[in-house]
Amino acid sequence: MSELKLTGIKKSYGSTEVMHGIDLDINEGEFVVFVGPSGCGKSTLLRMIAGLESISGGELQINGVKVNDYPPSQRGIAMVFQSYALYPHMTVYDNMAFGMRIAKASKEEIEERVQNAANILQLGPYLDRLPKALSGGQRQRVAIGRAICRDPKVFLFDEPLSNLDAALRVATRIEIAKLKESMPSTTMIYVTHDQVEAMTLADRIVVLSAGYLEQVGSPIELYERPANLFVAQFIGSPAMNIVTATVETAGAKTKVKLAGGGAATVPIKSDKEQKGAKVHLGFRPEDMTVASGKDALVEGVITLVEALGEVTNLYVEVAGSDDPIVAKVPGTYDVKRGDRIALNADADKMHLFNEEGRSFLYL
Amino acid sequence: MASSPSSQAPLTWAVNISVIFLVVLWLFPTLGLFVSSFRTADQITASGWWASLTSSEQIIQLRTGGRDAAKEVDGVFVVEGNILTDGDEAPGQLEISAFGVSSRAVDAYKIGDTAEFNKGKTFTLNADGSYKLTSPDKLRKRGQRVFVTAVLPPSFSTENYGTILFSGTGQDNMAKAFFNTLTVTIPATIIPILIAAFAAYALAWMEFPGRALLIAAVVGLLVVPLQLALIPLLQLHNNVGIGKGYLGVWLAHTGFGLPLAIYLLRNYMVGLPRDIIENAKVDGATDFQIFTKIILPLSFPALASFAIFQFLWTWNDLLVAKVFLIDSTGQTTVMTNQIVELLGTRGGNWEILATAAFISIAVPLVVFFMLQRYLVRGLLAGSVKGG
Repeated sequence: MSELKLTGIKKSYGSTEVMHGIDLDINEGEFVVFVGPSGCGKSTLLRMIAGLESISGGELQINGVKVNDYPPSQRGIAMVFQSYALYPHMTVYDNMAFGMRIAKASKEEIEERVQNAANILQLGPYLDRLPKALSGGQRQRVAIGRAICRDPKVFLFDEPLSNLDAALRVATRIEIAKLKESMPSTTMIYVTHDQVEAMTLADRIVVLSAGYLEQVGSPIELYERPANLFVAQFIGSPAMNIVTATVETAGAKTKVKLAGGGAATVPIKSDKEQKGAKVHLGFRPEDMTVASGKDALVEGVITLVEALGEVTNLYVEVAGSDDPIVAKVPGTYDVKRGDRIALNADADKMHLFNEEGRSFLYL
Repeated sequence: MASSPSSQAPLTWAVNISVIFLVVLWLFPTLGLFVSSFRTADQITASGWWASLTSSEQIIQLRTGGRDAAKEVDGVFVVEGNILTDGDEAPGQLEISAFGVSSRAVDAYKIGDTAEFNKGKTFTLNADGSYKLTSPDKLRKRGQRVFVTAVLPPSFSTENYGTILFSGTGQDNMAKAFFNTLTVTIPATIIPILIAAFAAYALAWMEFPGRALLIAAVVGLLVVPLQLALIPLLQLHNNVGIGKGYLGVWLAHTGFGLPLAIYLLRNYMVGLPRDIIENAKVDGATDFQIFTKIILPLSFPALASFAIFQFLWTWNDLLVAKVFLIDSTGQTTVMTNQIVELLGTRGGNWEILATAAFISIAVPLVVFFMLQRYLVRGLLAGSVKGG
């Protein structure tokens, strides 16, 4: 049993409230990822769970016990920091043993747990080294090993891969996924701003923005059924295209007319009173195709071509939208800046949001 | 420097020249003291310390044999011998180039010449030092004074150190003062570091109301001159019964050293990574454990650099010792004070003063050279990443 229950968690600095009441249940053995842009409060939330920041309001329960006022060491958590936070004057072994020595564990137990963690992370040959003699990836493994040694109920990761280079980041990400698999009953909470990490690791993703919880759900759910404009644009790269439109026909299917001229029939239910309402139509760059003729959804001038080999990203300036529409077409596509192009999108994969930005799916 | 390849070259030169200038400026007096401390009073009067490092031509005063050594040959008194090797005060074999028999003309004759002087006396000196003195009259008991120009090799002795360190006479003996200085310095270095390290940790890493004000107060105390506190503090010491003595001087040095110590250490500790300390908290360490197991080992460069500072200025201190320590018995005098007294009693004896001065700077020199890498690291603390 190691479930977390956050009820109306608030954080304020003086009179400034930065977290506005977060409600979240995390089940035992779940891998939950907090994502959000810089300054959205994801690290603050993690640090409140860890006990490194005080909780200004609400209640945090771990295993049904209110731990608001417990010091970090009594919450049954272990934290892995972005900067590794290894003790620079101690060997790898001492780093991993530090917590247990503080807790006055027996020598045999320390030895056993450290060796166990070292085996899991292949740190055996480095136990006598100082952190400065290790590479970045090894240091991060030591930091994770130190957390394993604490045998925590909840693992907290604060952007653990941000200081690693791209190749190492992928490798360590896979290691973390394996680690999770080997410890199925351990709950893990992971903070990142990298949505690839979030999508690949998470059982559930928590999207935060400016101290509010925007949506909680599995990675595919967030991708396919974003609850609002923020989540829609945050998940997926390049971000979802949003254009303003007006509802022409409401019903089981909704027909909208775009500000730029095109029209689309989206298989999303709408109420009668929404007829004539202004809405936001969203479609992902990867769902777009190059159109020929009059049935195009949008049409405009190409302002930028990003040829990535595998795909080509086209940035198209269209009427009725301030931001360029991005289309991701497979393979290489032979166009130049300044060319006119017509684009279509898969109507089944379109999203409708009302004026406040909430998805029609959740109304 | 018109042909210099980069514009930085002149600046580099200026820096290098300034550094060399400063090094020379500091090293020369030290070296002079060091060399002088191995010379005798006569050598110091005769030539500068720099001349003593190489063989030098000097005029030395010697004496021939006197009445007892003379033989009467044909009514003339003759003394023969070797002026360089005979007698107790003979200098031994030297290269000699000229001689004289009067202090008004000390190099009037070449070697091998015969000098004729008052009342028909003659004196002949050869290169090997053998001489012949003839006189028509009976010689006096003491022999004839002869001035010889000779090339003397460098000569040093540790006699001065014997005088200063081991001679029994109270005035010159610095051994007691040396240990008194150590008695003042070591606790006066350790106590403020202990206190300041705790204070610095609290000011850097513990949340409590009024912390910012306390830091400001410490910074404010940095600019208070210690002279301001001498008299009130001494009165306080007398009133609470500490009086003059080691305890008083330790407390005074501690007090005067604390603001800088706290300031330096706090600035260093505040630069330690927050994550490390938070991780220790997650690991369950208390503040005291974080302090002893994490902060103290990581702050070693700063601790060492402050220790050097505090050691050097308590070692060299005269003022605080005079006010708080030295009483009329003179049993607790420190080296700086004894050197001042030596200036009075042995003002003309440069060899004694130089030796005393060198003994007093020897320990700081050793400490400095042993720990100088920490001095630089500690001073740069915070200004250079990873310093």
